[in-house]
Amino acid sequence: MSVDWLIPAILTIVTAATPLVFAAVGETVVEKAGVLNLGVEGMMIMGAIAAFATAVSTGSGFLAVIAGAGAGLLLALIFGVLTVYFQSNQVATGLALTIFGLGLSALIGHSYVGKTFEGLAKLDIPGLSDIPVIGPLIFGHDGLVYFSVISVIIVAWFLNRTRAGLLVRAVGENHDAAHSIGYSVTLVRMGAILFGGAMAGVGGAYLSIAYTPLWVENMTAGRGWIALALVVFASWKPWRGFLGAYLFGGITIIQLYAQGMGVEVSAQFLSMLPYLATILVLVVISRDSAKARVNAPACLGKNFHVSV
Amino acid sequence: MHLKSKLGGAAAAAVLAFGLSTAAQAQMKVGFVYVGPIGDHGWNYQHHQGLLALKKALGSKVTTTHVEKVAENADATRVITKLASTGHNLIFTTSFGYMNPTNKAAKRFPKVTFEHATGYKRLSPNVSTYSARFYEGRYVVGKIVGKMTKTNTIGYVASFPIPEVIRGINATYLSAKSVNPKIKIKVVWVSTWYDPGKEADAAKTLIDQGADVIMQHTDSPAPLQVAEKRGVYAVGQASDMRNFGKKAHLTAIVNNWAPYYLARTKAVMDGSWEQQDTWHGFKEGMVKMAPYNSAIPAEVVKLAEDTRKGIIAGTIHPFEGEIRDQSGKIRIPAGKRADDGLMAGMNFYVQGVDGTIPK
Repeated sequence: MSVDWLIPAILTIVTAATPLVFAAVGETVVEKAGVLNLGVEGMMIMGAIAAFATAVSTGSGFLAVIAGAGAGLLLALIFGVLTVYFQSNQVATGLALTIFGLGLSALIGHSYVGKTFEGLAKLDIPGLSDIPVIGPLIFGHDGLVYFSVISVIIVAWFLNRTRAGLLVRAVGENHDAAHSIGYSVTLVRMGAILFGGAMAGVGGAYLSIAYTPLWVENMTAGRGWIALALVVFASWKPWRGFLGAYLFGGITIIQLYAQGMGVEVSAQFLSMLPYLATILVLVVISRDSAKARVNAPACLGKNFHVSV
Repeated sequence: MHLKSKLGGAAAAAVLAFGLSTAAQAQMKVGFVYVGPIGDHGWNYQHHQGLLALKKALGSKVTTTHVEKVAENADATRVITKLASTGHNLIFTTSFGYMNPTNKAAKRFPKVTFEHATGYKRLSPNVSTYSARFYEGRYVVGKIVGKMTKTNTIGYVASFPIPEVIRGINATYLSAKSVNPKIKIKVVWVSTWYDPGKEADAAKTLIDQGADVIMQHTDSPAPLQVAEKRGVYAVGQASDMRNFGKKAHLTAIVNNWAPYYLARTKAVMDGSWEQQDTWHGFKEGMVKMAPYNSAIPAEVVKLAEDTRKGIIAGTIHPFEGEIRDQSGKIRIPAGKRADDGLMAGMNFYVQGVDGTIPK
């Protein structure tokens, strides 16, 4: 057996991981601001249908991504208004958002079932993309893949190195303290929620215009929940979330390859492996419980209410 | 734990709230339970086509209710019980995993009639089971893919190792082998009926490993679409999936439930319904072939059509001996045909299929 399969396998891994990266990185910021939004799946699927509909009617991948982000953002806006301004329970509202998103996307998407879209164009730099091995691996993806990596860099930098990032974390750690020194908890949280929604929307867009360029109901198939789990197991660190997404995607794909090659391991075990391995690795990296506790936003899931 | 229980409860409540809003006063009420979304363009879509045909044929004499995306766990029990207790006289439960929930509900509601698709348990007299002989379709497809492949490798995206799926793999292989002795079949199990992304990944994997015809026993059109993009052939599953890949789509095995749903509903209405175990194929029209791709040479189309007609006439049987399993043991002796019992419980690969069935 040669290693010819390795490059296509890695390319497949990248497409499998990218939607998770978008959704997880967005949710990291949301949770760092102290908000638990379980509506990731709903925001992703809305992003998927909005992007697909736009792609089919305009033919533009760029507009499709914008539409996906916009749809995720709009859904997040509902969540934000309900939880931040009306103090509704975050867990219940997030779940409702997922159910709402799945239903609404099915309704909107009804007339798009069976339509097709070429798929997002791959980057093609003459010369560079043709270099054997490195060409396809580094220069052979669609634009969103690069964007996902850049977004991880920016979010990691933002959270750890900027004043605004510090403020987001402060609001997540202790909203009363942040409030008492004069920061607007409401505004910071709304900003984080909207950002998370837009990122989840882009993740969904990636599914429907690049990963499998088609629309079928429920096509996110639980990826929003996996992204949510990644955030926690990555102890709220963007880079670990990125690693987790690639680990999860990687093992999912490698086990498929292993099956195709006739490796004699039970398929059920192989299907379980991505979950098991991702949890194990991320738990091992974050095994220092004292540090993990520091990373977890202390006000996660708690609503903020100004009491005079 | 707390979160999880909340989650399940909320989802089930939503399913019930959305799904059961069509109650009316008609005396005949038919309920349908689907495992996935109607918009999958595959398995569930075809069952729903059956429901629509039923409504069209019987008009105001019948009221239908359908509940989508019902998980094969306690949710199924809840949904089926709810349908039975809200005046539905006939309930079709359309996935294998509903077998125990259906039988449980049937015991509790002896006056309600239940029809369970693809199962084998009929524990009370008010439960029938029905399924289609999809393997007949696979056998026709096998002739085509055996002739169309250049790499002599068929890639097969499989869901779960149940007899239904294994039978399909065997039928495909035996048929393809009969027209192409060099044929190989590569099977990848994705452990899901419906996850477009994962199904696509499996198809990519198979193509990377040399398959140039993709078959699937999962519900979304994603594998077909991957085939179209990579310039190889594929076969649609459950419904005509041509629109997702015009060049790749060789044909599709179409599940046609409408005639059965109509007949059974009428039987309940006029009181002639009796418990039975139905297994219909090409002959009764429960399995159909979608139009053949124009890229298939005329003689191959003829071969496929002759096979189909032979199956209808009874001159051809996909599992006609001598058939050995992987260990070389004779499972169906020469000149004999597999009976329904053997086929319904098929848990072995025939000789020549590589790999092992996940246990």
